[in-house]
Amino acid sequence: MTTVLDALNQALHAAFQADETVFLLGEDVLDPYGGAFKVTRGLSTAYPGRVLPAPISEAGITGIAAGMALRGLRPVVEIMFGDFITLIADQLVNHIAKFRWMYNDQVRVPLVIRTPMGGRRGYGPTHSQTLEKIYLGVPGLRVLAPSSIGDPGGLLSRAILEDDNPVLFIENKLLYLLPVQHPAGMEEFEATESKAELLGEGDSYAPTFTLALGGAPPAAITLVAYGYMAELARQAALRLAYEFEIFTELVIPTQLAPFEIEAVLASTRRSGRLLTIEEGTFSLGWGAEILARSVEALGSGLRAARRVAALEVPVPASGILELQALPSVEHIVQTAKKMV
Amino acid sequence: MSPVPDPLELYRQILRIRRFEETVLDKFPSGVFYGTTHTYLGQEANAVGVLSCARPDDIVVSNHRCHGHFLAYGGEPRALFAELMGRETGVCGGRGGSQHLHWRNFYSNGVQGGTVPLATGMALAEKLRGSGAAAIVFLGDGTLGEGIVYESLNIASLWRAPILFVVENNRIAQTTPSELAVAGAIATRFEAFGISCIELDSSDVLEILPAAGRLLDEIHAEPSPRALVLHTARFGPHSKGDDTRDSIDVERLRRTRDPLVIHGARLPEEQRKAIEAEVVEQITLAFRLALGDPAPDPQSLPGATTP
Repeated sequence: MTTVLDALNQALHAAFQADETVFLLGEDVLDPYGGAFKVTRGLSTAYPGRVLPAPISEAGITGIAAGMALRGLRPVVEIMFGDFITLIADQLVNHIAKFRWMYNDQVRVPLVIRTPMGGRRGYGPTHSQTLEKIYLGVPGLRVLAPSSIGDPGGLLSRAILEDDNPVLFIENKLLYLLPVQHPAGMEEFEATESKAELLGEGDSYAPTFTLALGGAPPAAITLVAYGYMAELARQAALRLAYEFEIFTELVIPTQLAPFEIEAVLASTRRSGRLLTIEEGTFSLGWGAEILARSVEALGSGLRAARRVAALEVPVPASGILELQALPSVEHIVQTAKKMV
Repeated sequence: MSPVPDPLELYRQILRIRRFEETVLDKFPSGVFYGTTHTYLGQEANAVGVLSCARPDDIVVSNHRCHGHFLAYGGEPRALFAELMGRETGVCGGRGGSQHLHWRNFYSNGVQGGTVPLATGMALAEKLRGSGAAAIVFLGDGTLGEGIVYESLNIASLWRAPILFVVENNRIAQTTPSELAVAGAIATRFEAFGISCIELDSSDVLEILPAAGRLLDEIHAEPSPRALVLHTARFGPHSKGDDTRDSIDVERLRRTRDPLVIHGARLPEEQRKAIEAEVVEQITLAFRLALGDPAPDPQSLPGATTP
């Protein structure tokens, strides 16, 4: 069994092996510790001098990595907790995302910023958030989020080695210990894979997976989820089918921005109903954008639309409160039942 | 290793920046430029002195007040005028405007502070790649208020980045005098991180140049950071017509701190006049050519639709 953590760690090792311009900057990334979540374990031993252990200076590290990227290297930055991406906002928005366009396409910024995101570990209000929605819709910034379904290592590898544009790579913490599931090998589902064609930049390398229950009647609801929420949505899809005979399709994008809606629309045209699931807070978020685009494209063809998201409170430390604040399989099942 | 300065060329460069910036402020009200600008009037000797010592592959990172740095780096006046006019032939095709330039190894950005880690990372990249190049980053006294500057100094020192930090202390940040914004001393801020520093209170290019040359020689000899703190004088407004200083004080600066006068006094009048005629013609021609340059195509924007 390969876990998502293994896959990401192996992808980093392979990227370091493949390209000597790959460097890693982060806090507490040296062995034997190997990073707070161990994603970088072994790198500093195997590639001394290419893992740069940094002081607690997220903005500084990110800016330095951007300078390295502008000058021909392919740096990877680890931000220890996703909550700390607020500290790199100016670097991301006013520098990194803008350079290529602002400098009239004369430069490239091959930079990957990885960060563990999300709750359910009791870390409390400042170490449990899902904040990537802050960075969705920033022109020039690609936001990727692997789930355990698909090829998380391959996604990271391509972001590091092949993408000449800056990438914010969101790793939900609860994914780390889940086994990687190849869509083609999933027992209950039939998977199709699509790649978004994006305005002005051609195909994205980041796939979107659409899972349909094998041998089931036509789906009545399209579920859309990414990251760890894709795993919860997968469990909800099975419960809805076996316990309530509500059949769904599950669309799992791995590229959150820039966002291409086509795979969602294709499924929703079949089902007529759309339910988005995200771990970020409810208002003004990712699900809202997907619903808006679906309404624009489908009009009255969209018979019902709903969102499941986190409650609009800081993520509580107490386990019982945290469970209530964040979306669960039960939330998804109950919301879906109201839609049919 | 420092270049032997040609006094005529230094005068030519200082004057080229002066005439460029005067043209910008002079023509702005007519509407030929668009947006905003921050002129370098009075500080010309800093850019010319420092960048005369830069080696061809060295990297220069500048800020909102970047025209002087760009021209001293060797940038074309016509391309800079065109950028300020939003033309297709501008340095960045009109996308960046006055504050956001990139040409060869020159980069500028209008946000304070964030350029400092960027330049540090560029310097580190050159060191890691073994190119032998160094980075030079210009920042002002106002930027010393940004925390990321100190994150960068810390890491630049820890990781021995080949970088020269040049602080141009013109004693005023937009309208805020440095007494209200900069506590303690500037040089010791660098020294606290183990970065040695030369401090000068001068508008004389022949004082600034050798100091910069010495620091850049040290950086190139053994990659590590250095700082140059230049106490200087801003003659013009922060942007356009927003100078809140007492005009008597500004006049005094113009009388006592003009790098053009200080250096020009060394030159034979005949040669000085010849350079003046040459530069005036060059800047006039650059402005006129830029005026005739085409605008970018709005339909070139991704997602553009015809209204």
